[in-house]
This record gives sequence, C-alpha cells and structure tokens, in this order.
Amino acid sequence: MAFEAVIGLEVHAQLSTRSKIFCACSAAFGASPNENTCPVCTGMPGVLPVLNRRAVEYTIRTAIATSSTVQRRSVFARKNYFYPDLPKAYQISQYELPIALGGHIDIETGNGPKRIGITRIHMEEDAGKLVHEGEFAGAQASLADLNRCSVPLMEIVSEPDMRTPEEGGAYLRRLHDILVYLGVCDGNMEEGSFRCDANVSVRPAGQESFGTKAELKNMNSFRNVEKALEYEIRRQIERIEDGGKVVQETRLWDANAGVTVAMRRKEEAHDYRYFPDPDLLPLIVDESWVEELRKTIPELPAEKIARLERQYGIPRYDAGILAADRALADFFEASAAIYGGNPKTTANECVHWKDAVFSGALSPETIAHAVEDRERGTISATASKKLVELVLSTGKPFRTLRDEQGLTQVSDASALDVIVEKILAASPKEVESYRGGKVGLLSFFVGQVMRESRGKANPKVVQEVLKRKLG
Amino acid sequence: MAITREEVLHVARLARLSLPEAEADRLRVQLSAILDYVKQLDRLDTRDVVPTSHAVETGTPFRDDVVQPFGDKEAILANAPDRHNDFFRVPRIIED
Amino acid sequence: MANVPVHEWTLLEAARKVREKEISSRELTGALLSRIESLDPKVHAYITVLPEAAMAQAAACDGEQAKGTVRGPLHGVPVGLKDIFCTRGVRTTCGSGILGNFEPPYDACVTGKVLAAGAVLLGKHNMDEFAMGSSTETSRFGPTRNPWDLSRIPGGSSGGTAAAVAAAMCFAGVGTDTGGSIRQPASLCGVVGVKPTYGRVSRYGMIAFASSLDQAGPIARTVADAAALLGWIAGYDRRDSTCVDTPVPDYLAAVQRPVKGLRVGLPKEYYEGDGLSREVRAAVEKALKALTDQGAAVVEVSLPHTSFALSTYYLIAPAEASSNLARYDGVRYGYRAGGATGLIEMMSRTRAEGFGEEVKRRIMIGTYALSAGYYDAFYGKAQKVRTLIRADFARAFEAADVLLTPTAPTPAFRLGEKTGDPLTMYLSDIYTIPCNLAGIPGISVPCGLSGSGLPIGAQLLSNHFREETLFTAAGAIERVLPWPRVAPLEG
Repeated sequence: MAFEAVIGLEVHAQLSTRSKIFCACSAAFGASPNENTCPVCTGMPGVLPVLNRRAVEYTIRTAIATSSTVQRRSVFARKNYFYPDLPKAYQISQYELPIALGGHIDIETGNGPKRIGITRIHMEEDAGKLVHEGEFAGAQASLADLNRCSVPLMEIVSEPDMRTPEEGGAYLRRLHDILVYLGVCDGNMEEGSFRCDANVSVRPAGQESFGTKAELKNMNSFRNVEKALEYEIRRQIERIEDGGKVVQETRLWDANAGVTVAMRRKEEAHDYRYFPDPDLLPLIVDESWVEELRKTIPELPAEKIARLERQYGIPRYDAGILAADRALADFFEASAAIYGGNPKTTANECVHWKDAVFSGALSPETIAHAVEDRERGTISATASKKLVELVLSTGKPFRTLRDEQGLTQVSDASALDVIVEKILAASPKEVESYRGGKVGLLSFFVGQVMRESRGKANPKVVQEVLKRKLG
Repeated sequence: MAITREEVLHVARLARLSLPEAEADRLRVQLSAILDYVKQLDRLDTRDVVPTSHAVETGTPFRDDVVQPFGDKEAILANAPDRHNDFFRVPRIIED
Repeated sequence: MANVPVHEWTLLEAARKVREKEISSRELTGALLSRIESLDPKVHAYITVLPEAAMAQAAACDGEQAKGTVRGPLHGVPVGLKDIFCTRGVRTTCGSGILGNFEPPYDACVTGKVLAAGAVLLGKHNMDEFAMGSSTETSRFGPTRNPWDLSRIPGGSSGGTAAAVAAAMCFAGVGTDTGGSIRQPASLCGVVGVKPTYGRVSRYGMIAFASSLDQAGPIARTVADAAALLGWIAGYDRRDSTCVDTPVPDYLAAVQRPVKGLRVGLPKEYYEGDGLSREVRAAVEKALKALTDQGAAVVEVSLPHTSFALSTYYLIAPAEASSNLARYDGVRYGYRAGGATGLIEMMSRTRAEGFGEEVKRRIMIGTYALSAGYYDAFYGKAQKVRTLIRADFARAFEAADVLLTPTAPTPAFRLGEKTGDPLTMYLSDIYTIPCNLAGIPGISVPCGLSGSGLPIGAQLLSNHFREETLFTAAGAIERVLPWPRVAPLEG
C-alpha cells in the first residue's frame, strides 16, 4: 500500500527586541546566570507585566509578510504549570484569540511552487534554563538561570499542508529567510532563536482523514528536521504495515542515533488551565497601525529571487543563493551598480567571498573593481583572488594594491611583440614544427612568453600576437 | 454537585498541594458545598452574553523597547531558600 | 480642640500641625509608637512595627523641614500600610507563612506614593492571609481584634488597617479590597474605607489575590482624610497595565459639596431577604435621612442579578488566585519545606505547609473551576454573569447618581463564630462584592452604633471614576451623624 505523510510545523522564533516582552531587562543571549533578571521576570509578588510595543510590531510585520490577517483584538492568556524555570508558574501566551490568523507562504518543490497555509501566529514569553547539577559530588539538584524568562517569542503554526520532509525543509528555510529579512528574528538555530516542532502522521494514499499524529521535538537544524521527518514517516509506515497502530505522543529526535524516541509520559495529563490574563488588557491593533507597518515590509525572498533573475539575467539558482540572505543580495546589487559587466561573474564573486561580506570586511567597490579589472583583462583571475585577499588583510583599496603589487597584466600587443619575437627567435625548431602543422605547440609558446613576462602578460593577448606572428 | 475524593486528589496534585488523607475528605465536603452553591448560576441563560475578563476594558498599554537593567542581581537572589553561586537551586526533578 | 490627644487628630490636622511646626514629626511619631506599644498587644493590628525606622524617618523629616524642605502633603505624618504592599527591605508577608521571611527589593507604587507624600511608615498591618477572609482570622500571625469589642473580629481582610485606624494607632492607612476587604472592616470598626474604581490606583507591588478585582484604597477616620489620601495614592502608573490614565480630581473639594438634587438610589435587592439585621437597616435609614434632609432625592433602583454575585465572585476570585499564588513554590523566595527528596515533593509540601486552610481551599476551588472540562461550566459561566452584573449597575446609574446600601449585613461577629463554615463567612461580603465585579467605586461611612455599641457602616456606590460623588454623599452623612471617631479603648 502506498502511504502519504501529513506534516505540520510549529516554529518558535525569538523576536530580536532589545528588552524582554513584559519587562525592561535585556533580552540578549549569553549573560552570566540571572544577570538579566528583575522582580517582574522572576515572578516576585505583586509585580506586573507591561507589553513591549516592538514585540507586537515585529509580530504584526511577520503577519503581513505571511499574508496573515492581523486581529483587531487579541488576548493574552495564562498557561498554568509548575516548573522551576517558570517563575510565575504560568506562561503568558495567547490562546483562544491570537494576534494573527490565516496566512500562507509559497515554497519551491520538485514539482514546482506550492502554497503552505499558516494557521495562526501568536506571542508568548520564553521560560528560563535549568542546569542539571552533576559535577557536584553527591549533589542531586538542578540550578535555575532565569535570564531567558520573558524573552519574547512568536509561535507560527502551519497548516498540515506538507507531504514530504523536503517540503518541510523548504517551508522552514523560507520562513526562516522571511523572518531574518524582516529583521524580527536573528534566525540562529544553535542559540535557539529559531526552533521547530513537527506534527507528523501518515495515511494511505487517497484517504481524506488524517492518521494519528506524533509530535517531534528537539530538532536544532534544518537538516535535522528533514532527517527526523524522514525517520518518523518511515517508522509510522512500518508500524502500520506490521499491523500496529501509531500512538499519539511526543517524540524527541536523537541526532546522534538518528532516531526519534518517545518522551517518557508524565503522570498527570497536561491541564494548563488557560484563562485570560487579568493583568493585561486585550491587545488592540488598529488597521492604521497595520497599514503603517505594511509600508516597512522589505522585498521578501520570493520576490527578490524573481527580480534578480529578471533584472540581472542571472540563473534562478544563483538568484536563490544570493536572496537567501538579504545582506548578500544587497551587496550583490551594490557591486553590480558600480560595475555592470556580466552580473553572473559578480554573483559568483559575492558568493565566493560571502563570509567577508557578512563580516563587513569587504566593500561592494572591491568586488566591482575585481570583476571589472578581470573582464577588461587588466588583471588575471589569480591576481584578482590574491588582491581581494590582500584587501582583507591590509584594508587598502583594491586598485591601490593592484598598482603597488605590480599585478597589472600586459595587454598591450605592441609591448608584447618584443617578448614574442625574442621567444620565437630562441626556438626555431618549435616554430618550424608549428608551421608544419603541430598547432598544439601554441600553448608551449604561451607558456614561454608568460614566463618571460613573469606572469604579467595577458594570456589572451599573447595568444593573439603569437597566432599573428606564426601565421 | 458532589466532587469525588479522586477529583480532590487530582486537583491537589495540579495545584501542587500535598494533602493528608484526613484533609482530603474534609475538603471534599467543603468543596462540594461551595460548588453546590455556585451551581445556582446555571439558572441564568447566558448563551448570548459576552464574558467580562476586565472591569474596565480599554486596550493594553505599551512599553517602549528600552533596556533598563534592574541592576541588583544579589537582591533578586537574596531571598532564595537555596542557591549555588548565582543560580537558584532546587531538588532534582523526579518524574513519577 | 487643644484638649484633643495627639493620636486622635485627623490625618489632615496632623499634617497641618507638622507643616506649621506646632509639633515635630518625632513627637507625633513617638506618640503613636507608644500608643501602639500599649494597645497593640490587645488589638494585634500590626504584623510588623518599625519603631527605629519610623523614628529615623521622623527625624529626617524634622531635619529637612528645619532647612525649609517639605517632602509632600503628609510630611512627617505617621501612617501604616496593609502588609500586602511591598516595602523595600521591610518584611512583607501578606499574612502568610509562605512569605514569612520575604523582604522585597522594591516598593509597591502605593508605598512609593505614601512615602513621596512625606509620610512616616509605622509598620505593616495584619490581614487575612493573601486577603482571603472577612475577619482577619486567617492571618498566619494570629487574628486582629475589634477595638470596639475585643471579643469580636474587626472584619477583613484589611482588618489590621481598620483596627489600627479605629484605635488611633496610626492617622490613616491603605488597605486593599477584592470583594469588600476595605469597606467591610471599615464598617465593622467604625471608620471610613474607600474602594476606588478598578484602575484608579496602581496595583504594582501590591500582592495579587484576584487581579481583575483587587484595588487599593484609603482607610481613615474622616471622609476628608480618606478623600485626601486617595488623591495622593491615585493616578496613572505605567507599571500596571490595568491602571487608567485619567486625571485625579480634587477629592477633598468634593467632600464639602452640597447634596441637593443628588439622586440616591436604593437597590431593592439589597434590602430584601432575612440576612440583613434590623439594627443595620435602621442605621442605614438614618444615613438616608441625613441625605434627604440635605436635599437629596430618593429613587428605587433594581440590580436584578445581585443574588448571583456571590457565586460569581467565588468562582472568579479563586480561579485568578489559584494562578496568582502558584508562584509561591519555594524556588526563588519565601518558605521552603525541608527534607524533600524531589522537586514535586518540595513544591507540594512547601505549599501545603506555607499556606493556611482558607487559602488552600480557594486554590482548590479555583484550580477546579479552571480545569479541563469545567472551565465553561464554572469560570466561563461566571465571567458571563459578571457581564450581567455590570449591566445592572450601568442601568441603575442612569436613574441614580449614587446607590446607598448597608456595607455588611450585621455588626462585627465574635472571633471563631464563622470559621468552621466557609459559606457563612462568605455571606459577610454579600453587599460589597458586586461593586468589585462591576469595577465601580464604593465607600463605607459610619452611620450608627448597634445596641451593644458596635459600629455600623453605610455603603455608597457610584459609577466608574465618580469617586467625587461618593465623597460628597459620605461627607453629607458624616456632617449630620455625630461620630466618636476613635474606638473607646484605653491602654
């Protein structure tokens, strides 16, 4: 029997605000334990949450970029449960009335473009971190660091519209790129700024109703999400084919073993006792605010790919690589504006030097000059690479270095005449053989000329001069 | 409306209140009486009524996204019943 | 007035006399501290008294005044706060064992405002644990006694504050009111207590019981004192998202305004039923007569959902409380049970040992009312009925400017009289609860004494942010009905 997988993804993205969602502590990653805390985020008695406007704006921008409908009125609710990393013993989240509903994003698949629905987007606060005390002899304790408590998160829930792990991966990458483009999330998966859980089920091909789903957690890279999905789909199909049943459960991805493992069941079923948080009034978002924010939405990845392809005539694949990062695409366009030439060469150079582009060590002028000098024959490809490396190590302008280093090629045919004649005069046997039909000897002469010029001759021009003299 | 002994124990677990046997029975009687009383609300037809969560309902106000460190980590940790350096320390988590 | 003892001065008199250097803050503070020393062992209105800190504050006030600086309108005047308001570096217990050793590193907004006005903090007042109670008997630190009759309760939960004010162990205090916790003890102790409009006073740093109902307000011996004090603690605070940004009127000016033409509504449901004692009814009728004698008009109004208010309250308040009190888990501050081997055991025993019976009972009810399968039947239903109760008041205030009712059905009852039966205890708040559900302001003003010499209060209710109307009406009652102000209790 043929099976089809049904995949829905839940992404938790940390919003790149400076301060936390409900207090003025820094939301920065990596502070020393409990450094970024205050009475509010450590749940001291009587203190109250106040909503960060920028966190709301970032969520609205995401809603706009995913064609979701921003709700005029949404409500913060308390999700109640006890855990030492949750100081108030409730998480402030949105439950019945989230800030945005009903959007979609378009992804590329092997069978062409596909639209993936977005069910809802809501805002919530993160919890703290527990360190399990192992290194202390005899100690059996856990240590709580509450720095992450109340760091703003946005949860984006997709429709169960994906059918393959590849589609899941494509959706995640596209969503990731959109958030990073918008500047609302730094997208760092290792630090947990962009986390994904998956709901997976399988059903016989052609069946309408969904099978029993498993929830997958603990996947911290795109590749791991795809691998975990692949594994889980295979596991569920095998289970059914063996006459078993899929159990609704949460499973953790074990990246080392390459398997998903059922999480140990808690004794009491979750009962989060959600209710509207009386400390926060409903979040009201006027249409005018949404319209104002709509104007700040940059060109998004899908649009940018199409435009780069159209405007610069570069292949879609190259456009996709450039557009995967807004900074890289911007750099490419800045370079191409300084020197038009063949944009494909500029694109290749940008991708080749992208680490330096991201670190800010490279200016668009450098790439533009490198491409221009090569295309004009002023320098060789080798010299170009060497010069860019020198720009990075010395910080001097490309063309200053080119002139200092004497790496300019001799492209003036008359200046090469002298060398060519000298070489030809010194190799009468080879000249005779060439003229006798051994045209393969041309590269021998080119090599000789290049050596004589200490690499400064432009090989193309040398070939032309040789052909003329030998012809 | 009678609440069962099992429900009392379940709710106590949810609320993280350890409950001696004798107390569970007493609470069952008291909670049942209170729940019986509040069930009078069922007499009201509220199908078309919008719930009230806040007495005075305007929109929620906002804070500007500005960092203002509390600046006294020691004051945050000073009340801790148990700590290790700058961490709050708790007994190990046993999932039972 | 020269023969009036210092401690019997009104808050405004005391403030004027310090300002005019008739008395130093040290003398004033010292007088009240010795009053506390002699009377509080009987009354037990204070959980924490701060003799050294108060005298130091008073000395600082005197020093500043000598240099010509005055902190504010309460410069050097000693007051007390219910132990629900966080005070930086001063133990704040909320009447609970679970916070028995908690020293907050911050001041509540109310604390900050009272101190900024120049007041000297004498100490922290006793209260029902987490404000859950109507008698101050649920305090982990032992009950407060009514200064009018030490065998009786002072009401609650702000019973410590009401008793301290009535016994002249402070010039005024600030309490909190979730279902009547300011007005009911004010009534039972013969003082003035105000529950402002929800959102009028910041809740920041005020330990939460039921967040959508809690509101801080003054308790004082005169309407003018209460009005002035409310003016100093009210106002917008960006740290409380439910605090309303609207100007604070001159409440003191409202006290002297005439009531001629004021429409006084009598909600008929409050006068029906057999719970209302004859003496209370008669005293409230005297208050009504005081108003009509001065030209107020009487209208009968109906609040048809009144009989559902108690049930609504006893679902909403415990539900919110069950969540608000979940943070007391022994992890970051407060009490932690010793000897637990695992986390769940530590938390469960900490909470079982740290909380008292009434608090646990309400946490249980609230947890149950919010739990899966019961939300719609209990919490959801109560929220809808709350809408009906609000609508009742909105309609009533079309016909009336102010509503006059009893504050409590009976005068103060005896200690232990109702502790065995939670439901009967809850009925003491039957007249005060609807006001919190609707978010409107209310005041309790003394209007007479029972045959056995116990104070009786009248409650006035007005529409949202119409506290001025309350002060006008209460001022008119106070002018006509003579009142001893201070409980007849000697050290």
